[in-house]
Amino acid sequence: MSRDVRLGDRIFRRVTEAAGLVVLVTIAAIAVFLVAKAVPAFRVSGWGFFSEKQWFPDATPTKFGVAALAFGTVLAAVLALVIVIPVAVGAALAVTELAPKRLGTWLGHLIDLLAAVPSVVFGLWGIFFLIPRMKGLEMWLARYLDFIPLFSNPSHTFGKSVFAAAVVLAIMTLPIVAAIAREVFRQVPQGNREAALALGATRWEMIRMAVLPPSKGGVVGGIMLGLGRALGETIAVALVLGATYGITFHVLQPGGNTIAANIALKFGEAGATGRSALIASGLVLFAITLAVNMAARTIVYRSTRVSREAAV
Amino acid sequence: MSVATLTAPVSLRRPTLGRGHLLLLAAATFLVTLGLFAVTPLNGVADFIVVFGVAYVSVQTAASYAIEGGRVARNRLALTLLVGAVVLAVLPLLAVLVYTIGRGGKAISGSFLSQTMRGVGPLDNSGGAYHSIIGTVEQVGLASAISIPIGLLAAIYVVEYGRGRFAFWVRFFVDVMTGLPSIVAGLFVYAFLVIGLHQGFSGFAAGMALSVLMLPVVVRASEEMLKLVPNELREASYGLGIPRWRTIVSVVLPAASSGLTTGVMLAIARVTGETAPLLLTAFGFDSLRSNPFHGPQSALPLYVFQQAGSAFDVAVNRAWAGALTLIAIVLLLTVAARLLTRRNRLAT
Repeated sequence: MSRDVRLGDRIFRRVTEAAGLVVLVTIAAIAVFLVAKAVPAFRVSGWGFFSEKQWFPDATPTKFGVAALAFGTVLAAVLALVIVIPVAVGAALAVTELAPKRLGTWLGHLIDLLAAVPSVVFGLWGIFFLIPRMKGLEMWLARYLDFIPLFSNPSHTFGKSVFAAAVVLAIMTLPIVAAIAREVFRQVPQGNREAALALGATRWEMIRMAVLPPSKGGVVGGIMLGLGRALGETIAVALVLGATYGITFHVLQPGGNTIAANIALKFGEAGATGRSALIASGLVLFAITLAVNMAARTIVYRSTRVSREAAV
Repeated sequence: MSVATLTAPVSLRRPTLGRGHLLLLAAATFLVTLGLFAVTPLNGVADFIVVFGVAYVSVQTAASYAIEGGRVARNRLALTLLVGAVVLAVLPLLAVLVYTIGRGGKAISGSFLSQTMRGVGPLDNSGGAYHSIIGTVEQVGLASAISIPIGLLAAIYVVEYGRGRFAFWVRFFVDVMTGLPSIVAGLFVYAFLVIGLHQGFSGFAAGMALSVLMLPVVVRASEEMLKLVPNELREASYGLGIPRWRTIVSVVLPAASSGLTTGVMLAIARVTGETAPLLLTAFGFDSLRSNPFHGPQSALPLYVFQQAGSAFDVAVNRAWAGALTLIAIVLLLTVAARLLTRRNRLAT
């Protein structure tokens, strides 16, 4: 009988182990299949794939590369982070350090709910609600901060710009950055806060001395997870970006594009080389986000024993 | 001389700004801002709020600095900014919900939910999303059928058996996979199934892509719930001579069942709203296709995206109606799942 019992256990264990293996196999399969289907495009373009800005894979002669797309992806994501970091970290601090417990929990749930809004809804909302209402701010920035290259707008038109996309991305990354920051701040022992207050610190001094220093690593990890999301976001960006292929820091100018948005916009009309080229650009995106996510996870693991609940 | 210092009126109370003072400051700032908007070319409600906010924070900080000193002034400034951050963080959700309900509520109708796009011209004010809703239900159903069992088993492995290197890597890559861009999942299934195995576009391909996105979410959520099951329950079961696998199936899983349901519902909600992978797998279709295994199919998020790209108002209205339907489904699932958590006896 005891042999039967051990047999049952062995089988069950193997089955669950196989399910775990599926996760690893999936990641590996993604890499393998993307590489395999990207090879035809790489054959056509050669190393020019990484330096060419235009995207005409199905024209003769073909001319395509990820330079402008990768630039746009990183620019929009970094800009989004600049906007989201103070808001997300500030909101997380207010929720954990200032608000009464019940109110804090509710506000936290409300911010989490933002993650449930589908990206296509954000895109639609971006076009019809946000972009028209941002025009005033954009014109103000372009007029008075013209001396900063980032805000100068030689085209003098406003609309579907990298800046608008960055604001939408900031809203979309807000819940994950705020959730991780909140989780990290909660890990700080209550005693540290009380010690700071007992020494006569004001609330802000308590936050600066007792809460922020031990949380630094975890918050940085959360920000990097947000970066990963912003780099890979597709549909919202495809809807609010002007889809041009150029490298410019004039973020208020209509235009710009990202790797992910370009795949969504060009896939339907692409021919064989075009689709292979899109897969090749997706491979670049996969590599970038994989690296960012792995680094972020490692940082989050190391800095705190943060409950990974927040990370979904 | 020493007597003089001893009897000098020393106040231990530092001067502070009370609530009344702050209200007074706010009122004064409000009036000044109003005057500024009357005289200068500044206008607009949003601009007023911004200018007033900035002005009030500066005035409050200056007054506090003069009366209460630098430390208290810095404290006031920082706390005000933190409260401002919370307001800014909650605002987008309200704006998205209110605007979507407003635009979608006007556009939605019974016929929108019961008609397809078959034979609808670009300027026709008819047509609906029935075929897309069916597509979404089938695709999400297929994704759930693949991801939930595998995800649950993987979570059991990680929590109940997971020691050592292999378990660490499973855990690590589950976390990394939660950050996989959804378009990459679509490209993968396109490369592997649609052209790799020559299956062509189909609802099943979409279900595969969604399952890639769903799997890590199910594992993560289930893992968290299984960890909450107290070890005493397991030990009591072992003590009765019950083998490990029976303990897991008949003791641990039932104990965690409500939490597991929550996790699964959240995972379903998350993939229901995914659009990008569907472009490359389901591709989209104007008529009803109830067989998900053959030929391109529509889906609700895809439908919204495609209608939103049109230049015509009738299509944009359809997009809003679709967006409202989508957001209603997803938020209902999410909120229901969260409410279920509160009834979970294991969750703290």
